[in-house]
Amino acid sequence: MSTHAHTSHAPAGHGHGHDHGGHHHDDGHAHGTFRSYMIGFVLSVILTAIPFWLVMTGKLDNTQTALAIMALAVVQIVVHMIYFLHMNGRVEGGWSMLAMIFTIIVVVICLAGSLWVMYHLNTNMMPMPDPSQLP
Amino acid sequence: MHAIFGRLSLEAFPYHEPIVVATFVAVVLGGAALVAALTYFKLWGYLWKEWFTTVDHKRIGIMYMVLGLVMLLRGFADAVMMRLQQAIAFGGSEGYLNAHHYDQVFTAHGVIMIFFVAMPFVTGLMNYVVPLQIGARDVSFPFLNNFSFWMTVGGAALVMVSLFVGEFAQTGWLAYPPLSGLEASPATGVDYYIWALQVAGVGTTLSGINLVCTIIKMRAPGMTMMKMPVFTWTSLCTNVLIVASFPILTAALVLLSLDRYVGTNFFTNTLGGNPMMYVNLIWIWGHPEVYILILPCFGIFSEVTSTFSGKKLFGYTSMVYATVVITILSYLVWLHHFFTMGSGASVNSFFGITTMIISIPTGAKIFNWLFTMYRGRIRFELPMMWTVAFMLTFVIGGMTGVLLAVPPADFVLHNSLFLIAHFHNVIIGGVLFGLFAGIYYWFPKAFGFRLDPFWGKVSFWCWVIGFWVAFTPLYVLGLMGVTRRLRVFDDPSLQIWFLIAACGAALIAVGIGAFLLQIAVSVWKRHELRDVTGDPWDGRTLEWATSSPPPDYNFAFTPVIHDNDAWWDMKKRGYKRPMGGFKAIHMPSNTGTGVILAGLSVAFGFAMIWYIWWLAALSFIGILVVAIGHTFNYHRDFHIPADEVVQTENDRTRLLSGRV
Repeated sequence: MSTHAHTSHAPAGHGHGHDHGGHHHDDGHAHGTFRSYMIGFVLSVILTAIPFWLVMTGKLDNTQTALAIMALAVVQIVVHMIYFLHMNGRVEGGWSMLAMIFTIIVVVICLAGSLWVMYHLNTNMMPMPDPSQLP
Repeated sequence: MHAIFGRLSLEAFPYHEPIVVATFVAVVLGGAALVAALTYFKLWGYLWKEWFTTVDHKRIGIMYMVLGLVMLLRGFADAVMMRLQQAIAFGGSEGYLNAHHYDQVFTAHGVIMIFFVAMPFVTGLMNYVVPLQIGARDVSFPFLNNFSFWMTVGGAALVMVSLFVGEFAQTGWLAYPPLSGLEASPATGVDYYIWALQVAGVGTTLSGINLVCTIIKMRAPGMTMMKMPVFTWTSLCTNVLIVASFPILTAALVLLSLDRYVGTNFFTNTLGGNPMMYVNLIWIWGHPEVYILILPCFGIFSEVTSTFSGKKLFGYTSMVYATVVITILSYLVWLHHFFTMGSGASVNSFFGITTMIISIPTGAKIFNWLFTMYRGRIRFELPMMWTVAFMLTFVIGGMTGVLLAVPPADFVLHNSLFLIAHFHNVIIGGVLFGLFAGIYYWFPKAFGFRLDPFWGKVSFWCWVIGFWVAFTPLYVLGLMGVTRRLRVFDDPSLQIWFLIAACGAALIAVGIGAFLLQIAVSVWKRHELRDVTGDPWDGRTLEWATSSPPPDYNFAFTPVIHDNDAWWDMKKRGYKRPMGGFKAIHMPSNTGTGVILAGLSVAFGFAMIWYIWWLAALSFIGILVVAIGHTFNYHRDFHIPADEVVQTENDRTRLLSGRV
């Protein structure tokens, strides 16, 4: 965990979440500029157009197309994160970034782990061997 | 009739089961006596205004503890019934519980002890202590906190209702399909299980979010991450785990509900479904869950050890990193709960090794506590006694855990009583001992008087000895190959072990009785046990800086922190309480919305369980209307006037100088 000194605290009398005037988060709440939104938009369009093009022209075989689409989808997620959700290391004193990294780690562990575990189970346990073929 | 009552009919009431009927009569009489007493003493208004609708984290924390205690009695009654059944069902005897009843008993025992005893206790202590330790006035979202509590109560209420209306699940505490599917369990048992956990799960998840937010955003100035008390650190990690893992439980149960309600095939063996996927998902939640329970207890032991040894905690930094490492590693071990399902050697060895690795940071913590005690002036007050008992007991449980982490050994021991003995060894020896340490440690803070030490010691020795007498036989039986959840036995040579285990359960019962007696005696003798200083143990962290019980606003001025034993540091530097300059304090207002929403959720759950569709629709709409309606409630806050703050603080000044 970050040992980053983050001393943001509740002002006196801050009893609850929706306080008058308790709403200005002090640290680097980026709001994006016209330019950054445009960059994000154009990148998203390009990243969406490529999979369409791949599918419609059939340049690659099915497996490669599927992999390419998934890879581009991941890139697109990152683009959305950065340009539309303004994710960077400074928002909320780095906590947003840290939370996202943690989320990604947990989601990757769960998905990859489940796939691995269930795949292994399936290869080991299915199809059931035909009893008459056993030695 | 069917349109009105769904599948609820007179047959649903178990009037043909004498044990249940007797319990029902006792509950009705007890409940009537309670209601009568509350009415006679005119306490309903007080309870509603000061407790049920409160948004004060301290009162919510206390209500969580009460919930945990009440459910402990229910869960323990189930345990006693099982021990009794197993002790007598030998030599052709069927015991006194039929299979239908016995299966419900062991399922209810597991569900209640984890979800409605351990979780409320842990959440209650975190709720009470964390804001005080970080110098905050309340949690980040006080209303949400009240709502979370009542949702937890709602889940508990559904489990309790299942005792007298219909039946509870007969599937074991995690309700694996295909047994929990509609074909094998067509009655309402599994539905009670699903909706009780879903309702309570909302509460747990929201309180997790609330506490993460509180710890990150509301620390007093100067309290950097590495100056937080260890209990706050472990609470942070626990709540991060809650936020990350409870959605998985919710999703798994939603899929199971879809299988049961609309005929999908996620966990069947047809149409590409796979029951092992449920087992996989439920343990991705289930393993972090055990760390959710134990981490705050590690925090409690850290606070207790350093306070009662009169020393700074040995290896604060390593303690923090060990906690964080456990947080991450707890996500990498879930498969050890089903080594035998048929994955290959590589999968099993990976999860076996990660499981063994997790014992390293845990071991580091044990050494940290030992080195904290080394050359300390140890005071063996009750919290410290529980801590020492924990260290001795938990280490054994940890070792049997590492033993079970070896996949080949697990193939022999899985599903046996050895496993039962192991996890009771770590959950009772770790979580429960920790909770008792925490309760004895912070009780004077919450109520302003200590718990009577004599009855506390009676309870302590009965619990600790009772635990070993109850569970050592289970280790032995497990090694001999006795599997769990058996109702009758053929081999008469096993009976002696079950008789010994039953004696252990009786000792624990005395321990629980002594604990209840202790509370009563302490309330009776509260003037002798009174603590006016607010710091009865010579504490080290911030919660001891304020009065006992703390005022509504916790601290008149937000303290500034320079050291991770903040209050110790303040005492050392000759801290003087501020005597003047008090200002009005901005506070959140009480609201009954949480109670109403949770009540509607219980109605919704009950309707879904019994297929009473009109009630389900109505209560669901009700939930939406009330939730949206609450957003228009503008009476959310008020100010405690400066005069009142001055009054409260002056009272304390008089108390401290001994002029009362």
